[in-house]
Amino acid sequence: MREVDVKLITDAVAEMSKEANYFLGDDVVQAFEKGLKEEESPVGKEMFSQLLENARIAREEEVPMCQDTGFAVLFVELGQDVKLVGGDFNEAINEGVRRGYTDGFLRKSIVSDPLERANTKDNTPAIIHVEIVPGDQIKLTLAPKGGGSENMSAVGMLKPAQGAKGLVDFVVDTVSKAGPNPCPPVVVGVGFGGTFEKVAYLAKKALLRPLGEPNPDPFYADLEKEMLEKINNLGIGPQGYGGRFTALGVQLEVFPCHIASMPAAVNINCHASRHKERVI
Amino acid sequence: MEPKRISAPLTDEMIMELKAGDNLLISGVIYTGRDAAHKKLVELLEKGEEWPVDLKGQIIYYVGPTPAKPGQVIGSAGPTTSGRMDSYTPAVLKYGIKAVIGKGARDESTRKAFQEYKGVYLGATGGAGALLAKRIKDAEVVAYEELGPEAIRKLVVEDFPVTVINDAHGNDLYAEGRKQYAKA
Ligand code: SF4
Repeated sequence: MREVDVKLITDAVAEMSKEANYFLGDDVVQAFEKGLKEEESPVGKEMFSQLLENARIAREEEVPMCQDTGFAVLFVELGQDVKLVGGDFNEAINEGVRRGYTDGFLRKSIVSDPLERANTKDNTPAIIHVEIVPGDQIKLTLAPKGGGSENMSAVGMLKPAQGAKGLVDFVVDTVSKAGPNPCPPVVVGVGFGGTFEKVAYLAKKALLRPLGEPNPDPFYADLEKEMLEKINNLGIGPQGYGGRFTALGVQLEVFPCHIASMPAAVNINCHASRHKERVI
Repeated sequence: MEPKRISAPLTDEMIMELKAGDNLLISGVIYTGRDAAHKKLVELLEKGEEWPVDLKGQIIYYVGPTPAKPGQVIGSAGPTTSGRMDSYTPAVLKYGIKAVIGKGARDESTRKAFQEYKGVYLGATGGAGALLAKRIKDAEVVAYEELGPEAIRKLVVEDFPVTVINDAHGNDLYAEGRKQYAKA
């Protein structure tokens, strides 16, 4: 057993909260550069140049790239040989969010009750997903998630008879309906299989893959390509002003499912596709 | 295409010259306002009472910035989703607001209101909060201080980049742009 003080988790989460919001990943920056070169619409090109400039300013001045600094979603891979000491695990994560969002001048966007809507004022609680894995390390991934794109996401309990076409249509249709609202160009996370709650989790997890890294299964990698092409053929374009780049990538995660069902989920991420990792 | 330059107060004539798809640079004064402020302003209109600030001919920006870092005028300040203001927008256009800045689609009655009252819907780049904050040179609360980040602020901007989405002639960039670039 390796003992790990939960204070290390707090420190890591606090730092990642800031880093994720200030420093856009190189994979996304490269996708913007490609967009700037290849986008056919002049307004769309202008959008890519603004997004590149925005990412540069955020990085250099250490300010949030977007004012919606998101819900703090934490994915934790906890080694089964780790013994956590020094305090409560969940509270350690929330303390990290509290500190990171306050010290980092990030916006506090969480309300304590969906109806009463009083701001919790420190962006807590975090959404925490834990998987127990072999080993004695802890891998933390923080993915702040903006409201505009989250609101355009969907779960569909499709019928097995709908097959691959049913999945493709559901995904393309969800992005089509979202139109300009999730700040395109978007990254599309797709979950396929599992159960009602598992499929939504898979869609969100798919967004953590580096942009452009295909699904390891060649069949699903092809399906990702097909969906990306169909989405870009919608013509929505950067910011919805019309153009060839509506999505920068489609990333799909698959899981076995019940004989009677074929769940699918689409989690749309905006171009402010933020996630940072840390291993303790 | 060179962007057009505009400053408030805006007149009907100035509005009629703007077309969906135009890139504009705004310099001068704009005002912030989102859900809570809109609610209050529309309640005043319904009661026939004066607004705490005269906003006739002015531009409203739907924004909820991050807290300013020491030395900053304002934190990151990109647009928020405009659809939440749809139920208030026709009334504020009727009052005399000439332009609103946000992101995302408007409903049909709001789109029609831009035509009816000679106003425009402008898009600022969603998610470009750091860039847009650099174009804001001054910020001062002018009404509803108690609303915190949702208070009405007077901003002084320089070369603030926006795109005309809905013009006063009934054109809609979202619909037209998409049609132009869609492939079967
Ligand atoms: S959808 Fe994304 S980029 Fe757009 S405002 Fe929300 S967090 Fe920012």
